[in-house]
Amino acid sequence: MKPAPFDYLRAHSVGEAVRALADADGDGKIIAGGQSLLPVLALRMARPRLLVDINRIPGLSTITPVDGGVRLGALVRHARLAGQTAHPLLAEAARWIGHTAIRSRGTSGGSIAHADPAAELPVVAAALEATIHIAGPGGTRATTATELFTGPLETTLAEDEMITAIDLPSPQRWGFAEFSRRHGDFGLVTVVAAEVAGRWRLALGGVGGVPLRPAEAEHLLNDGAPVEQVAAAAAAAVTPSGDIHASAEYRRAMTEEFTRRALTPDTERAAA
Amino acid sequence: MNVEFTVNGTRHEADVEPRRTLADALRDDLGLTGTHLGCEHGVCGACTVLVDGEPVRACLMLAVQADGSSITTVEGLAGDDGTLHPLQEAFSAHHGLQCGFCTPGMLMSALDLLHRETRPCRERIREELSGNICRCTGYVGIVDAVQAAAEEMDSA
Ligand SMILES: Cc1cc2nc3c(=O)[nH]c(=O)nc-3n(C[C@@H](O)[C@H](O)[C@H](O)COP(=O)(O)OP(=O)(O)OC[C@H]3O[C@@H](n4cnc5c(N)ncnc54)[C@H](O)[C@@H]3O)c2cc1C
Ligand code: FES
Ligand code: FES
Repeated sequence: MKPAPFDYLRAHSVGEAVRALADADGDGKIIAGGQSLLPVLALRMARPRLLVDINRIPGLSTITPVDGGVRLGALVRHARLAGQTAHPLLAEAARWIGHTAIRSRGTSGGSIAHADPAAELPVVAAALEATIHIAGPGGTRATTATELFTGPLETTLAEDEMITAIDLPSPQRWGFAEFSRRHGDFGLVTVVAAEVAGRWRLALGGVGGVPLRPAEAEHLLNDGAPVEQVAAAAAAAVTPSGDIHASAEYRRAMTEEFTRRALTPDTERAAA
Repeated sequence: MNVEFTVNGTRHEADVEPRRTLADALRDDLGLTGTHLGCEHGVCGACTVLVDGEPVRACLMLAVQADGSSITTVEGLAGDDGTLHPLQEAFSAHHGLQCGFCTPGMLMSALDLLHRETRPCRERIREELSGNICRCTGYVGIVDAVQAAAEEMDSA
């Protein structure tokens, strides 16, 4: 369980990092928190020739207010996100990521780039229609969460591109509900509901290759349909696969139940 | 690559391959074998150390990434004269360990918790230690020990 040999470059600017990736000709990888990459290297599921460490690039660790929301630098650690008060939905989601020692290293940019469909931040990014800022050797571009995620651990990021920041609007109202077998484990089902500029969005994690937006359920929700009906529509929108942790039917049933919970205020949930 | 870091107050220099994890550098290059390796992919918590005061999986950090930082391992808990840390005393008194394999990681995770919260309740202790796996104790003694140490350290 040791990584294969690689060269290591400690980048001091975004420009230096993306140039190094471009020079590595598809055989280089960014290392941020390393909380997903190091297991992949140790299992030798990846054997890059070069690792570009972005941890010492200045200016990427800030949480700044932007019009109607926050901008997360790519190096904002999950622990920081869990502790901030500017964006309560992000704080709640971050508390569900792994364990303390993993949250102290893992980064927002790494989590989005890794694009695990069961990870919390990609689901939040999908629900909030986040804008992802990306730098490449030729300049910068911005994309949306929907355009970025294309499959499990697959994105539209090019091999020489780097996420620099993520803009997430602050919802007026929101709900977050996750079902995992043990606190800190990846969610079997994660549901995020968020009302932005008067419209509700829903995103479902863990029940597809990418965070899913159930269109019919969102329609019903915005038309004021009862929660039960919205939850049923969300479950109807997913075709999860089964694995050792849970069958497909179980995951669909949990999608319905946890959509219901995400849309039910805690106080009512406690009374029910 | 040359790296330089402070471990338990002592400066060390080492020439490490980039692929060497911090855990391997501590154990094999520095001889500090208190930090244990179980799973080597972040799941068991046995390798947990503090880097610049933050808990870190030493198996998920490259030694080259720790260049310039200050690291605390389980060897740094006891006093210079060998006096055990209150957490170590409590683990012994409350049967918080059997084989001892998970113990270094448990101690470092618990130390981090007690740095942040003076009197955590049992539920909080369980939640915070949920990233550390023990195959021997059933966790009851460990939770007892952390609670006892918290009281001891808070009233000291
Ligand atoms: C035991 C354990 C439990 C976990 N549980 C959860 C969980 O419950 N929920 C969850 O969401 N995550 C979980 N994780 C993973 C999470 O903690 C990682 O932080 C996250 O998925 C990756 O972030 P990172 O900064 O560590 O990225 P790294 O591991 O450094 O990189 C991951 C990938 O992203 C790329 N990358 C990193 N940063 C950038 C960037 N700025 N631009 C472009 N590409 C980049 C890397 O090249 C690599 O391919 C867990 C991990 C462990 C070890
Ligand atoms: S050896 Fe590092 S977490 Fe298991
Ligand atoms: S004491 Fe044996 S693994 Fe915990």
